[in-house]
Amino acid sequence: MNVHLRRFALSAALAFFASVAAAQPEAGMVLIPTGPYAPLLVGKDDPTTVTVPAFCLDVRPVTNADFLAFVRANPKWRRSQLGPLFADPGYLGDWAGDLDPGARAPLASPVVRVSWFAARAFAAWSGKRLPATAEWERAASAGFTTTDGEHEPAYRDFVLDWFGTKSPSPLPAAGAGRPNFFGVHDLAGLVWEWVGDFNTALVSGDSRGDSGIDRQFFCSAGSVGARDTANYPAFMRAGFRSSLRASYVVPNLGFRCAKSIP
Amino acid sequence: MKTSFLRHRLSSALAVVLATTCASPLALRAAETAGELPVEFAVLTHAPHVPPPIGRRHPARVIVNLEVKELVRRLADGVDYTFWTFGGEVPGMFIRVREGDEVEFHLNNSPDSKMPHNIDLHAVTGPGGGAASSFTAPGHSSQFSFKALNPGVFIYHCATAPVPMHVANGMYGMILVEPKDGLPPVDHEYYVMQGEVYTAGRYGEEGLQPFDPAKAEDERAPYVVFNGAVGSLVGDNALQAKVGDIVRIYFGDGGPNLTSSFHIIGEIFDTLYQESGLAVAQHNVQTTMVPAGGSATVEFQVQVPGTYILVDHSLSRAFNKGALGMLKVTGPEDKVVYSGKEIDEVYLGQASTAGSDASKREVALIAERKEAIASNPQIAGLSKEIQMERGKKVFLSACFACHQPDGKGLPGIFPPLAGSDFLKADKERAIRIPIKGLSGPIVVNGKPYNNLMPPQVFSDEQIADVLTYVMNSFGNEDGTVSPADVKRIRTQTQ
Repeated sequence: MNVHLRRFALSAALAFFASVAAAQPEAGMVLIPTGPYAPLLVGKDDPTTVTVPAFCLDVRPVTNADFLAFVRANPKWRRSQLGPLFADPGYLGDWAGDLDPGARAPLASPVVRVSWFAARAFAAWSGKRLPATAEWERAASAGFTTTDGEHEPAYRDFVLDWFGTKSPSPLPAAGAGRPNFFGVHDLAGLVWEWVGDFNTALVSGDSRGDSGIDRQFFCSAGSVGARDTANYPAFMRAGFRSSLRASYVVPNLGFRCAKSIP
Repeated sequence: MKTSFLRHRLSSALAVVLATTCASPLALRAAETAGELPVEFAVLTHAPHVPPPIGRRHPARVIVNLEVKELVRRLADGVDYTFWTFGGEVPGMFIRVREGDEVEFHLNNSPDSKMPHNIDLHAVTGPGGGAASSFTAPGHSSQFSFKALNPGVFIYHCATAPVPMHVANGMYGMILVEPKDGLPPVDHEYYVMQGEVYTAGRYGEEGLQPFDPAKAEDERAPYVVFNGAVGSLVGDNALQAKVGDIVRIYFGDGGPNLTSSFHIIGEIFDTLYQESGLAVAQHNVQTTMVPAGGSATVEFQVQVPGTYILVDHSLSRAFNKGALGMLKVTGPEDKVVYSGKEIDEVYLGQASTAGSDASKREVALIAERKEAIASNPQIAGLSKEIQMERGKKVFLSACFACHQPDGKGLPGIFPPLAGSDFLKADKERAIRIPIKGLSGPIVVNGKPYNNLMPPQVFSDEQIADVLTYVMNSFGNEDGTVSPADVKRIRTQTQ
């Protein structure tokens, strides 16, 4: 990331226009233009805002149909074949069989109960990668009509309502939710999503020694160093990510893919 | 009840076998390898119930299995809320262990949960009170162990960010660490917790209400409730006791923000253990302050049947936001301790509107009362001495200006009262003069007077008193005048 940052600090505008000209997003993806991201948790010497270079992001989470194609092509990621190192018991637990999502996992609904390893393998297989936390949060910081969802009351209410509502079973179709300012669907309101660097949810991977903040996200440790203690959605997402391990499979946790601009 | 019976009677080995059907494999594995301490499974109860006393006089390895569930529950009539719970209800399940026990804690987060959760038990000595070790994603289970070093009544709560939201959504409960020698036996133990709910809608607004972060930040709670809902301790759900019973209530305040002024209307806490400790008792306490994230244990004997109201005596919370509960006591009356209502009569006070039925009735009642007093000097305290005393005040407020303080008048202008033959000759005339006034020529003690005395604005009582004073002062010695006499003359002259 730091390499990216330096590069864009030198020639952000140039890089942006060049990249847009160079790459039209492929089908099912949209371009998230270069822009700022204000991390929730920052150390004393960290910048309060970082620039996220332009990238492409799936417009919707990966569906059961998408994942079926993946396991057809990659037998080792089928439920019965995958070793415990790469996914806990319950991997694809809603599916009726190895190659049969079944009634509890409609083809158009987002795939859930997939580990970080499986999500990452899917992304690589499809020529993409998992988004970084900064990228995902940058895309999700937009509201319905502006780039600042946190201060868009209708959007903030929508996000908070979802946190307080049980997920329906089976889950509704991916991509059906109202798109946000960038044209991305379901960044809120459908499922949680893996990010590539989920395990750096707190400041950075090596921050414990110098900041004294515990890696675990509890009590005051969660708000010490927080940029905006009132940003409940950001807190909840950070809290959720920090509860995960790469082998976990969670009933309402899916993912989507991103792609760098060459 | 059955569970507690088994727990007391069965050997620990049997208890392990018994529990295999419900315990997680993880718990069982730990139980099998626990070593020298006997292993048992904690009995957990939903509020307002409390697990039975430990009864054991040795430490044990106690396994606690607690499941976090997120579910929609009734907050008030017509009002639902998505609560996050320890065990399916608010407050969380009551945990009871003994000082010195080694507690093996399993926090299970339901696969249906949307959020990760953890638990911070104030009974735990260690960073985060267990929170760091129990942080659990949906569909996962965490295990940690702690030794119950300090006896007392402790709060536990979720400590996942944003913590105030997790707590406001119902994630709090209590754990009792019994002292080594147990607690004195009582007839009933109950479990009550207070907490606020920050709904987007105002109090009573119907439907499924979302959490309102702005209200939480400002500590403006539309709901302050006991045991998770408006009315959770009223009617059929009221706490119960019989006359003569000793009741112990473990009262906790989950918060997240408000301190409780815990009080039971009509009871005095015979014994209060403030905060968490059970070593120092205070007695005869009316209201005790329970901090958010704190607890109090109260004990009292109920002597009189009836309904006793549990309140947060910060009263808007009790009467406008839901912090009301009931303790129903049945049994024989004790009229000495409490008589019940002895008299019920109309009290009209000072505020009746003129012309209203109430004010007419008031006037009639006043007249009736005056009549009764006037006709009975003993009730009225209407002795001649009292009349003389009051009459002197009346005399010195008006009459003395002309008749002079010594009652001798002024020669040729104001006739004397002292030794007056005119006064003595006709009592009824004497009464009539202050009522009607007097003008024209008269002769007093052989001397002519021709002046004007205006009518005096005195009440019947005042005229009776002043005449009694005059007729028995300045050397005069004569009878008395009663208000009834004055009233009669006044009626005749009008």
